[in-house]
Amino acid sequence: MQTAASEASASWRIDLFVLPLILGLGWLAGILEAARSPDPAMAIQGWTFAACMMGIGVWYLWSYAGRTPADERTPYANDVVKAGVIASMFWAVAGMAVGLILALQLSFPHWFYFPDVPWTNFGRLRPLHTSAVIFAFGGNVLIATSFYVVQRTSRARLWGGSLPWFVFWGYNTFIVLAGTGYLLGITQSKEYAEPEWYADIWLTLVWVCYLLTFLGTIIKRREPHIYVANWFYLSFIVTIAMLHIVNNLSWPVSLLESQSYSLFSGVQSALTQWWYGHNAVGFFLTAGFLGIMYYFIPKRAERPIYSYRLSIVHFWSLIFIYIWAGPHHLLYTALPEWAQTLGMTFSVILWMPSWGGMINGLMTLSGAWDKLRTDPVLRMLVVSVAFYGMSTFEGPVMSVKTVNALSHYTNWTIGHVHSGALGWVAYVSFGAIYCLVPWLWGKKTLYSNALVEWHFWISTLGIVLYITSMWVAGIMQGLMWRAYNEFGFLEYSFAEAVQAMHPYYIIRAIGGGLFLAGVLIMVFNLWKTVRQGAPAAAAAALVPEAAE
Amino acid sequence: MERWAFEEVLAFTRSWDAVYFTAMFVVAAIYAYWPKNKAKFEAAARIPFEDEGH
Amino acid sequence: MKHEKFERNSILLLVGILIVVAIGGAVEIAPLFWVNGTIEKIAGMRPYTPLELEGQKIYVSEGCNVCHSQMIRSLRDEVERYGHYSLAAESMYDHPFLWGSERTGPDLARVGGKYSDQWHLAHLADPRSVVPESIMPPYIHLEETDLDYSDIKEMLEASRDVGVPYTDEQVAHAREDLEAQVNPDGDGVDGLKARYGAKVSVRDFAGQPGRITKADALIAYLQMLGTLVDFKTYQAHAPENRR
Repeated sequence: MQTAASEASASWRIDLFVLPLILGLGWLAGILEAARSPDPAMAIQGWTFAACMMGIGVWYLWSYAGRTPADERTPYANDVVKAGVIASMFWAVAGMAVGLILALQLSFPHWFYFPDVPWTNFGRLRPLHTSAVIFAFGGNVLIATSFYVVQRTSRARLWGGSLPWFVFWGYNTFIVLAGTGYLLGITQSKEYAEPEWYADIWLTLVWVCYLLTFLGTIIKRREPHIYVANWFYLSFIVTIAMLHIVNNLSWPVSLLESQSYSLFSGVQSALTQWWYGHNAVGFFLTAGFLGIMYYFIPKRAERPIYSYRLSIVHFWSLIFIYIWAGPHHLLYTALPEWAQTLGMTFSVILWMPSWGGMINGLMTLSGAWDKLRTDPVLRMLVVSVAFYGMSTFEGPVMSVKTVNALSHYTNWTIGHVHSGALGWVAYVSFGAIYCLVPWLWGKKTLYSNALVEWHFWISTLGIVLYITSMWVAGIMQGLMWRAYNEFGFLEYSFAEAVQAMHPYYIIRAIGGGLFLAGVLIMVFNLWKTVRQGAPAAAAAALVPEAAE
Repeated sequence: MERWAFEEVLAFTRSWDAVYFTAMFVVAAIYAYWPKNKAKFEAAARIPFEDEGH
Repeated sequence: MKHEKFERNSILLLVGILIVVAIGGAVEIAPLFWVNGTIEKIAGMRPYTPLELEGQKIYVSEGCNVCHSQMIRSLRDEVERYGHYSLAAESMYDHPFLWGSERTGPDLARVGGKYSDQWHLAHLADPRSVVPESIMPPYIHLEETDLDYSDIKEMLEASRDVGVPYTDEQVAHAREDLEAQVNPDGDGVDGLKARYGAKVSVRDFAGQPGRITKADALIAYLQMLGTLVDFKTYQAHAPENRR
């Protein structure tokens, strides 16, 4: 490791000049907005941003003034991964709690709406929930695991000195800015792209730093081949950058105001947004988390991926086909017919590479299926792949025009999203974090495998309640909307269909509550794991720097 | 005139995407299953297990 | 020497990914920007009045689009429930589009004129007072909060910068047009109608004389939705309208 250390000391000090400079400029911009904006909501955003910049600046001083942090003298950067794990769990609890509140609002509007507190209304909390679980929880998991995996598979330390830390803090600043913005009524309205222009610019900057860190680490790797997990991570980073920039092209009303107008309007804006929206699913929630699958399942099962060759075909066909599938969100709308057909066709084809990936993940266990009985963490990882297979089968079915005619606009879509989000994304994340915490904190095992079992079964029950209730609700809703009576008139009013949803909304809330309870068990288990006694000898072998 | 251009672009898009897709898939498959690459990929599959001991 | 080759490979991978994903998206989206082939030519579409534009801003800010779509699909039951299916042209001045993806509540693409202003006011303040089955949140604060329209001119200008055809005159009179739309007895009505058409609704939407609240703007916007296009002259099967 001497080479890496000397290499680092020769070149990386520039980060301690440039990054604090960015923080200083960011602080200044925040203060200026706060002081000059005529819009009170924007002023609060300005103060929030300035406070974040100052907080990160203090962290830089505390970490780097007159010394090199201990973590920078080890072969791998671990502290930033630890920070990512902690942030992931924090946002998981926060985001899912908001989700539960939303479910309760739809179930019991009399009790969970407060006329005097309009910022707790469904319309403002809903983007808070989606952003908190996708971008805050999911994003931090992706950053943390990608930083972990790229170092181990490249046998190289993260590139850029303190740059990975800047990515971590900068990304979470974006989350805070976006989330508080929604509560203040600041949104572009575009699903999963709600943050306004200034938050988008900040995220672009942070994302470029993320790409540099990741790519820089791959470039200096001491391993001839780039491991396939890193392909998926890289495609996630690069594609999200492209999608984010194009979809958020907009023109602010003024530099002192939060509001902006999208460069595109109407049908062009719709297709651009769903090109973005579907590929946020494809590259953020799929490609990124497949990176996790391709590292953590082989690692945990202690056997290489079933077919490395299949993974290459999986990768290229997946990223190629996904990018075309967006228009299936716009079937029977004012989008030109040819674009709808194109989107539907590719969405159906998408089923094949998705299942190629699923088979690759599941078959890695062949010859070691017994481990599923004894290792609940591995079981969680494997079940996540099964859910991936299920929702990537359901997705193509729902993008067939005749099915979509029924399912679109209904709760079926919500059920579909959550079978992917809870079953695939959250489970594969939980599995990875259950692996990472003992490895990173140098513990032999988790505090309690029994608690992992409890987590697994409680949350699985939660998922089942959630998705089955939404299936029934969605199909019922679709059928009620199109039902005709004997005289040829529409049978039900819209309000009757709303009323029919009531029991299913309650079941959904119970399902979501169980899922959240599982996460709380997980947090407790991880907390006890970190706090338990001295690292065992066996753990040292798993964590390279502990062995040195 | 502009309408004609739209139809032109459309026709080009529709015929070309299938060719593009097929070509890409074939290239990826050939690369993955090229006999000479077999050993390389088998070694690559073991990368996650090689980071211990330093 | 060897090291260099590996570096090239990672850049190669990066470029490969970019080519695969960028071309796919571009080839699909680019043709839509040949607007003549995408958007119908129809009579009646006009840029929103300043008050309606403020209403749309509230609609977005409160997240109405989260539960309400503005896109009637070309399916029999939707057309019977909500009215003529939505045309691309009807959202051509929405930056961005507000088609929505969920119908937790009903579609609003043609809600304009279906209910009275008083109904909207009562419904916004307490949805369950008029629709007992409703699960919509209460928005009483809208009628209690004065509309801040100090930046209305900048809003029109920014809209114009992204392609909405506001005239210099419309931009210059943005403020007085906004005030005129809630004051049917005022002097500004003629100017407003001259600039935005005789069909523009002018009345005290939220029923608080001498005061312009957020509810005024939102109700003005809702009452306009779906009313602009003249479907008597629109021929769906004409060759120029097929796509």
